[in-house]
Amino acid sequence: MTLEMTPIPYRVRSRRADRAESVTLTLEPAEGLCPTFEPGQFTMIYAPGVGEIPISISGRGRFGGYVQTIRAAGAVSRALCRIEAGDLVGVRGPYGTPFDMGASAGMDVIVAAGGLGLAPLRPVIRELAAHPGRYGRLTLLVGARTPSGVLYPRELARWARHFDIRVTVDRPDDKWQGPVGLITHLVDQIAIGPRRTYAYVCGPEIMMRATADALVRRGVPAGRIALSLERNMKCGLGHCGHCQLGPLFTCVDGPVVTYDHAAPLLEVPQL
Amino acid sequence: MDKQPNPVLLDALDPLITALRIGGFRVVGPTVRDGVIRFAELSSAAESPTGWTDAQEPGRYRLRQEGELVFGYAASPDSAKRYTHPPRTTLFRWDKGPIEPEIDAPPTALIGLRACDLAALAVQDRVLGGSAAYRARRAALFLVAVDCATPSAVCFCTSMGTGPKAEAGFDLALTELSEPHRFLARAGSERGAEILAALPHRASAPADLAAAADVTRTATARMEPRRFELDGVKEQVAAARTSPVWEEIASRCLTCANCTIVCPTCFCTTVEDGTDLSDGAAERVERWDSCFTFGFTELGGEPVRASGAARYRQWLSHKFSTWVDQFGEYGCVGCGRCVTWCPAGIDLVEELERLR
Ligand SMILES: Cc1cc2nc3c(=O)[nH]c(=O)nc-3n(C[C@H](O)[C@H](O)[C@H](O)COP(=O)(O)OP(=O)(O)OC[C@H]3O[C@@H](n4cnc5c(N)ncnc54)[C@H](O)[C@@H]3O)c2cc1C
Ligand code: SF4
Ligand code: SF4
Repeated sequence: MTLEMTPIPYRVRSRRADRAESVTLTLEPAEGLCPTFEPGQFTMIYAPGVGEIPISISGRGRFGGYVQTIRAAGAVSRALCRIEAGDLVGVRGPYGTPFDMGASAGMDVIVAAGGLGLAPLRPVIRELAAHPGRYGRLTLLVGARTPSGVLYPRELARWARHFDIRVTVDRPDDKWQGPVGLITHLVDQIAIGPRRTYAYVCGPEIMMRATADALVRRGVPAGRIALSLERNMKCGLGHCGHCQLGPLFTCVDGPVVTYDHAAPLLEVPQL
Repeated sequence: MDKQPNPVLLDALDPLITALRIGGFRVVGPTVRDGVIRFAELSSAAESPTGWTDAQEPGRYRLRQEGELVFGYAASPDSAKRYTHPPRTTLFRWDKGPIEPEIDAPPTALIGLRACDLAALAVQDRVLGGSAAYRARRAALFLVAVDCATPSAVCFCTSMGTGPKAEAGFDLALTELSEPHRFLARAGSERGAEILAALPHRASAPADLAAAADVTRTATARMEPRRFELDGVKEQVAAARTSPVWEEIASRCLTCANCTIVCPTCFCTTVEDGTDLSDGAAERVERWDSCFTFGFTELGGEPVRASGAARYRQWLSHKFSTWVDQFGEYGCVGCGRCVTWCPAGIDLVEELERLR
């Protein structure tokens, strides 16, 4: 009997320490193949004996498996960041609603990432970059605390072939020549055809709300702005109750929701 | 079941308990412990709370001896939840090899469930039915319901449309009758009918059926003063998200989580991961959690619902509003447990009326 709360053993195929104080792991099932996933979905990763946390899937590894980027935030993420290639972890999932890639076909697409929010958006960006003819103008807005906090720098350079990429930081260093300040300033600077624009947004909640509000002000309908919500999750199955946001179980009705649904809920303090 | 056989009369409970035990069930039913009716494993009807009744009001529970009924009391702090969704259960152990799930689902007969308890089980089925462990524990249950004769002053099942008579979802249902003391028993499943047929019983007469109807009529009448209109409550509670009433309730609420622990539908859990010190195997324990605990919504070191007002709002809004969005029904069955066991005596029915 497979039980939905029982993780499946996965082996750490490779481990890379990022500049951005995070670690990117490629995880493969100890036996068999890992299930397919869609951009925006996440898994529950289990550090044996320590705990289990939701982590977005950032892509498929070169030889299969899941690429996942983890920032050390507390006990479990710290344990996962310390894990070495060859070690075993547990994985459940993938879970959650995906970013709807069909919804943006034929449109200009804005991808806006704040900090680690680039991790769940990476499969979206790769999908867009792989089929540029399917979409209109592609724009990638990235906000980070510091220049070295920008995730996936080498890939960003490659994505620049397809995307108009703009990066802003909160705290520049001596070498930084780009924009400084909120990602919403970038939204205000780019050309937007509101009737043919779709946006994928992920980052801290205040960043997502500010970005979505800025897009709405520019005329983009809230129903065409997709965000990935973050809530405490213990199960990923809609059973533990922790991730509720009003009527939503964020783990099964989300994490990805459009802003027309999310805005009235996020507006209520401490909902 | 194809046809509903006529209810029959039982003179005693012991033959039923014995038959269930021979059938391989551990028999769990009400008993008096520390001045409270609790569920415990029973080996004979002598352990039942015969002649005890309860007085319940917001924040108060007292037992006293009165009458001859075995089931002459209203909801107790225990419910079927303890058996379908245990307070603490090991989910798996991992000792290098494959991760081994654990399910403990002993066949259990629950005696004395009320209509509200059956309704709560149906609610839980819709919430937790996706869990194989829940389904296994649920399938291991044999349910003996009792029609409520003595609802307490906090009960409001008639408002929620869940009681006081057990209508469905049981294997056997009893109506306890007095003068002379007897039980009118009906089967709700094939296996219930089989057990009933094998028990010493007598045919019922129209007078027995009339007496049983009277029990339900009297019980219904007792809840009349507390009856409220359910229509519109879902929308009204959703519309009250920014009402100042939440703050006022929070000034009385201790966020102790008692209400969620005694509630037969509250299902929230957390997990505790650790290693077994004896053999080094990793294991995961699931235990009840509550939306009233401070860290329940922790995100990056801070809870989303930091204030007591936000936590009480989540609890009551879930029961009467967002549960309907999620599952198409209310998350409350009107058992009144949360009212009685709230140390602050907060009565959700009164609070609802203030929010509408
Ligand atoms: C859908 C989803 C996708 C995510 N994707 C990623 C990702 O790709 N990379 C990444 O580094 N992080 C991601 N996170 C955040 C990550 O889950 C948290 O950083 C992690 O749970 C923190 O746990 P901890 O034990 O290390 O920290 P602690 O602070 O010790 O955690 C204590 C408790 O709070 C919970 N918690 C704390 N912070 C968060 C949080 N931010 N989100 C959810 N639960 C939290 C934990 O589950 C734990 O129960 C994601 C979260 C969600 C909901
Ligand atoms: S909310 Fe209160 S009255 Fe309603 S089912 Fe739960 S414990 Fe019973
Ligand atoms: S409502 Fe009552 S029982 Fe529930 S948390 Fe508040 S004080 Fe405790």
